[in-house]
Amino acid sequence: MKNRFIKTIEENSIEAVSLIVAVAIWQLIADRIVQNKFLLPSFYDVVNSFTTIVESGLIFTDTLTSLVHFSIGIIAAFAIGIPLGIAMGWFRKANRAIDPVIEILRPIPPLAWIPFAIIWFGLARQAAGFVVFVGMVFPIIINTYTGFKNVPKVYVEAAKVLGCTRNLDLIRYIAIPSAMPSIVAGIRIAMGVGWMCLVAAEMFGVSDSGLGYQIWHNYYLHRMDFVLVYMLLLGFVGLLIDRFFRYYVDAKLLRWTSGTVV
Amino acid sequence: MQNYLDGLQELWYKMGRVSVKNVSRVFTKKEENGGTEALHDVSFDVEDGEFICLLGPSGCGKTTLLRIIAGLETQTSGEITLNKVPITGPHPKRGMVFQQYSLFPWRTVIDNVTFGLEMQGINKAEARKHAEKYIDLVGLEQFKNSYPYELSGGMQQRAAIARALTNEPEVLLMDEPFGALDAQTRNILQDELLKIWEQKHVTFIFVTHSVDEAVVLSDRIVVMTARPGRIKEIVTVDLPRPRCRTSPEANRLRDHVLKLLEEERFHK
Repeated sequence: MKNRFIKTIEENSIEAVSLIVAVAIWQLIADRIVQNKFLLPSFYDVVNSFTTIVESGLIFTDTLTSLVHFSIGIIAAFAIGIPLGIAMGWFRKANRAIDPVIEILRPIPPLAWIPFAIIWFGLARQAAGFVVFVGMVFPIIINTYTGFKNVPKVYVEAAKVLGCTRNLDLIRYIAIPSAMPSIVAGIRIAMGVGWMCLVAAEMFGVSDSGLGYQIWHNYYLHRMDFVLVYMLLLGFVGLLIDRFFRYYVDAKLLRWTSGTVV
Repeated sequence: MQNYLDGLQELWYKMGRVSVKNVSRVFTKKEENGGTEALHDVSFDVEDGEFICLLGPSGCGKTTLLRIIAGLETQTSGEITLNKVPITGPHPKRGMVFQQYSLFPWRTVIDNVTFGLEMQGINKAEARKHAEKYIDLVGLEQFKNSYPYELSGGMQQRAAIARALTNEPEVLLMDEPFGALDAQTRNILQDELLKIWEQKHVTFIFVTHSVDEAVVLSDRIVVMTARPGRIKEIVTVDLPRPRCRTSPEANRLRDHVLKLLEEERFHK
């Protein structure tokens, strides 16, 4: 166990040294040059604040709240975005019917929906979830649509001569697997956008807890070291979600593409 | 008695007589009037169990004709029947192997081969057992759990042949299946294909632009003219099998067919 740990450090020595140096420079600038906890909290201050919120348990409730907001958004975006993208990509008439509406709604920045989110859902989890949903749904629709448009004709024809002729079967057995790399890419983009929307929604009062909310709350209290802790937390949780997703997708869904250039 | 009846039924199911009657195909484009004629009044019959090659200069409509037989395209006029039944759309009775690699890249070799059976609603275990026979037949036992990207071009086409055969088609349509392969792999696959043809009672319609391939493989070669595609001559290849690629008789035939194709070049 210990050997493996040492080995990992040895293998990633350049990365590790780089991180340590960055933290050291940060600490040095904050502690010796700026010398103002309000303008730039030092690494030491941040670690202290971090232990405070871990001890109070606040970190867990806020992370959980944010994850709930995010989940509401992502589930809604999946449930609506993927079927819409499929319909648009497979049936030309559906595309002609849906596309104008989407093209008008899409350029509206998701954050502009915050007032309506509050009016429609109140200060509830769904309100923040809704803003996340608006941010996520369009990249998912568009990438699903593109993936479906680019299904190679030869796969569809091969399926047809093998006895797979119904639209529903062609979508299920040919188009969805073939479009999967594009759909997955859309989901990853959407997760990035959704994470940003989440923080903004929580900041602008759609919620009374969550990581984004805490940033704003601590800013009002002038506790900039806590602001920085929550900023770093947002970064780490976002990174973890992305890593987990990529690991799952590469191992399960896209194993067949490992030999191709996507 | 029962066995005899079963045997008869088997034979009945596996009849593969294709009849092409006065088939024409015009491709129309919105901008131009009239459009381009790809096929003009093509008629010929394919006997049950026969190996037919369609040969012609590029753009002569041989692939179009094959696609119409497959049901992937429709003729402008005329009729094509399989065992006296008109062809209206794709059907597993008419298997097809494409020129491009057409294995589904998200399925392993065996899952590709069982695809047709899955579509018929046959349960997975039974489908696998059945598919394995055909995977063995094309010599891919070791690669049945590989994904297509792990296979060479020749192996991919072998798997595609197994996939088409697993549906037990009456006619196997092949659209220059070995066109993208190197010469040696091509020769090997041609020999293997002939072995399969001898073992399984299937009618073959094989599109190629290679005179050598047509002479080695077919019972008859349908030589087509340049566009619009018509039948120039149907050449009977009465060489004994297994055939020698370099025998004087084969050379004479090759010579004859090449001359036919050359005439088409000068017509243009």
